[in-house]
Amino acid sequence: MATRQTAGLARLMRAPAIILLLIWMIIPLGMTLYYSFLNYNLLNPGMTSWAGWFNYQYFYTDPAFWESIWNTLVLVLGVLAITVCGGIGIAILIDKPIFGQGIVRILVISPFFVMPPVAALIWKNMIMHPSYGVFADIAKFFGMQPVDWFAQFPLFSIIMIVAWQWLPFATLILLTALQSLDGEQMEAAEMDGAGPVSRFIYLTLPHMARAITVVILIQTIFLLGIYAEILVTTNGGPGYASTNLTFLIYRAARLNFDIGGAAAGGIIAVVLANIVAIFLMRAVGKNLD
Amino acid sequence: MARAVSRNTKIGWTIAAWFVALLIFFPILYTIITSLKTEQEAISGFNLIPSFSLSSYETVQSQNNYWRPFTNSVVISVGSTVLALIVAIPAAWAMAFSPTKRTKDILMWMLSTKMMPAVAVLVPIYLIFLKTGLMDTRIGLVIILMLMNLPIVVWMLYTYFREIPGEILEAARMDGASLRDEILYVLTPMAIPGIASTLLLNIILAWNEAFWTIQLTTTNAAPLSAFIASFSSPQGLFWAKLSAASTMAIAPILILGWFSQKQLVRGLTFGAVK
Amino acid sequence: MSLKRMICATTALTICAAAAQAQETTITIATVNNGDMIRMQSMTDAFTEAHPDIALEWVTLEENILRERVTTDIATQGGQYDVLTIGTYEVPIWAKQQWLVPLEDMGDDYDVDDLLPAVRDALSVDGTLYAAPFYGESAMVMYRTDLAEAAGVTIPDSPTWTDIKAAAEAMTDKDNEVYGICLRGKPGWGENMAFLTAMANSYGARWFDMDWNPQFESEEWKAALTDYLDLMTNYGPPGASSNGFNENLSLFQQGKCGMWIDATVAASFVTDPENSTVADQVGFAQFPNKEGVDNHGNWLWAWSLAIPASSQKQDAAKDFIAWATSKGYTELVAEKDGWRAAPPGTRTSLYENADYQAEAPFAEMTLTSMQAANTQKSSVQDIPYTGGQFVAIPEFQGIGTAVGQQFSAALAGQSSAEDALAAAQSNVTREMTRAGYIK
Repeated sequence: MATRQTAGLARLMRAPAIILLLIWMIIPLGMTLYYSFLNYNLLNPGMTSWAGWFNYQYFYTDPAFWESIWNTLVLVLGVLAITVCGGIGIAILIDKPIFGQGIVRILVISPFFVMPPVAALIWKNMIMHPSYGVFADIAKFFGMQPVDWFAQFPLFSIIMIVAWQWLPFATLILLTALQSLDGEQMEAAEMDGAGPVSRFIYLTLPHMARAITVVILIQTIFLLGIYAEILVTTNGGPGYASTNLTFLIYRAARLNFDIGGAAAGGIIAVVLANIVAIFLMRAVGKNLD
Repeated sequence: MARAVSRNTKIGWTIAAWFVALLIFFPILYTIITSLKTEQEAISGFNLIPSFSLSSYETVQSQNNYWRPFTNSVVISVGSTVLALIVAIPAAWAMAFSPTKRTKDILMWMLSTKMMPAVAVLVPIYLIFLKTGLMDTRIGLVIILMLMNLPIVVWMLYTYFREIPGEILEAARMDGASLRDEILYVLTPMAIPGIASTLLLNIILAWNEAFWTIQLTTTNAAPLSAFIASFSSPQGLFWAKLSAASTMAIAPILILGWFSQKQLVRGLTFGAVK
Repeated sequence: MSLKRMICATTALTICAAAAQAQETTITIATVNNGDMIRMQSMTDAFTEAHPDIALEWVTLEENILRERVTTDIATQGGQYDVLTIGTYEVPIWAKQQWLVPLEDMGDDYDVDDLLPAVRDALSVDGTLYAAPFYGESAMVMYRTDLAEAAGVTIPDSPTWTDIKAAAEAMTDKDNEVYGICLRGKPGWGENMAFLTAMANSYGARWFDMDWNPQFESEEWKAALTDYLDLMTNYGPPGASSNGFNENLSLFQQGKCGMWIDATVAASFVTDPENSTVADQVGFAQFPNKEGVDNHGNWLWAWSLAIPASSQKQDAAKDFIAWATSKGYTELVAEKDGWRAAPPGTRTSLYENADYQAEAPFAEMTLTSMQAANTQKSSVQDIPYTGGQFVAIPEFQGIGTAVGQQFSAALAGQSSAEDALAAAQSNVTREMTRAGYIK
């Protein structure tokens, strides 16, 4: 009796969030789905007509399409690799007893508080600029030719900027996990003669597995949607070297004002993102139980 | 830590940690330094000691009054987060304590709504905002950002709530506690750290949102993201002014983050700690 | 109301104080964050004094965001803005959609015939003016007279590309970080493609033939792009593929460029002693042409003020535009900041003003360039489109950027000129087929 009552109450409590998100999903998604079958250009509103599957076909045959999917993967995986590895390293480092621990932690997490367009502008103009950037100044100091980051390594440059923004997030979560590590277990292992490396591999890493999963899951959701950093720095170029799927959709929606094409791209992106999500859940989801 | 750490080891770690921390913080530090330079200094090579000129700040302030977008940013980010918490707390509570077979699926589905690229849905939302009069209102942005962040909020809260041991609830129930008492006296105190860090994280995410906040505002509701957009890439190079505007836009959230750092660290577990 | 009062209390905005007065019209002006527009904002006291019943709200945004924002609003009839700052690219397209209010009867002392004919044409459709020019520009060569002298080259007033190449070679001194020529390389329809389209025009190339088939595989385009890449790889600065107007401006101001071919408004920046280290050593010449091609690129741009048809306050908006683009405004600026700061390139009277000619060494060449620009027929070949350094069709933002990406990849050394042109050709063919131009 009590459980049935609780179950009913639980349903009632879940309802607002689910209904709201359903509306949030159905209205834009429904409208996007509808638009994706229309020839609808914002600059020619009078010429709207039914398009069938044409927008999908057009988006899919875009010369940049496959490269953009590849770039999306490289971007997501690259940032994940840097933030997870770097995050573990930094978390271990700032978990050590050091002087000024509080300040060090604050400094490490600050990039997370910077707006993405601001971060991109700072990196582009003041750090990586081939004439005035700090990197160029360092290169000149050592008598080397400054690297033109956004032309020679466009995708890598964007990965660096995005990784810088997300490193604090990964560090924070991994640090929390690290702090809950059982100190006695560590000591016991040390007594048994386990070196720091094997202690890290057999104790620390398994303990952090869940935290790493969370970092990967949350970051993937945000990283799939990256485009502001690309827009500010490389504009997707040179060529398509730094065009990802979201930027391709951006190009359709905000340069061509091709609402139908952008909608089709959006639907394709959602489908692909969900495939990634399912794959991700299969691969790492059991860590979350 | 019970073990004694030799002073030398500690100094070694300290140097390493400070080095890494300063490296990560450097871009922000350099922005702040640049904002205190004159435009001439800003583009004339690497220099860590500015002339401490406040003229960039004065120019920025005279071009675009800072306080209106600042107020909007505060209202929008806090408002959307509080609203999201009001909706999410019951949902997460129900999911954590009366899970059904589909709870996991519902959570995943919620997260997947975040994967829709915002640019693709702009026109439908824009039309809805025009029709309903939400365009360029803070209410409109509060709603949009609430919906944007709701999945993350529900998910974070769910993971905290799930860690609250069920036995405590049962014990309370045995003692005849009503549902209201249960929530008020047993759950809330235990959930507060989690709620607090969810609140902080989402204020940060909402503060940094720079797509909807620019596209759906003109003057009345425009927050700091629009303020920045009025200084980025003008004709000519004005890096000192841009740095000043950037510093002004990130300073409030940076300060909030610094003060709440401990809280943020404690709560940011996403259920990752057992 | 209480919220509003709260904001007023915390911000002490003059706008709020003004808004408190009853019976007022508040117009919202969307504008780009360029120096001349920022100056306009600071001059508005003079306007509000003359029109106490009109209050002004400003939305200042970076160019690309502004364009996105304003286009969405006008296309959905949003009515968020009363005055728009748009360029010569948008005006004919939007006017044809009847999104803009015709600007007739601008007042007795407006003197619409004083507007430069090239600019007025570019902002009119079928003889009706749809936007009033705030400042205008063409493109020209800016070069360092001291470096040219030291290298023993003279740049004629109307140089050919061969002259430019010879001068670039002579002035380049990479050991001292002096590069013979700086040109735009950053991808974008308004960045590298503005320059490259003008350059292609001066080579006799065209974007489309009369059936809207793209012409990138023509000899003219091939010659233009090859020469561009050749100039930039041999005599250009490092990282040229990410340089736009701003980056080149600062390179030139710091004395790192021998020549820079770009918008004429840059002349007032590079001759400004406060920000430029080479202010006294700048010479000007017309946009180059290829031998035997009578075409100097036909670059023409004017940031202009227009009223969207969806605005509810068109009369007040028109009052404002008439003020901001009047002769009186120019005089006001001259009084406050000197004649050099006057918004250039819109009115003949400015170029007849002796004070302006004395203070602005670039005045003559700017006028020559602007008068030479023909946006109605920008190529020596037959073309179905208008526009100088762009093609005035709605699709151009997209295709221009896509082509710009290909060309900047070639500049970055990631593909050859032939590959870039072939990719551009197939890309543009695809887009134009889809848009229904190619049957």
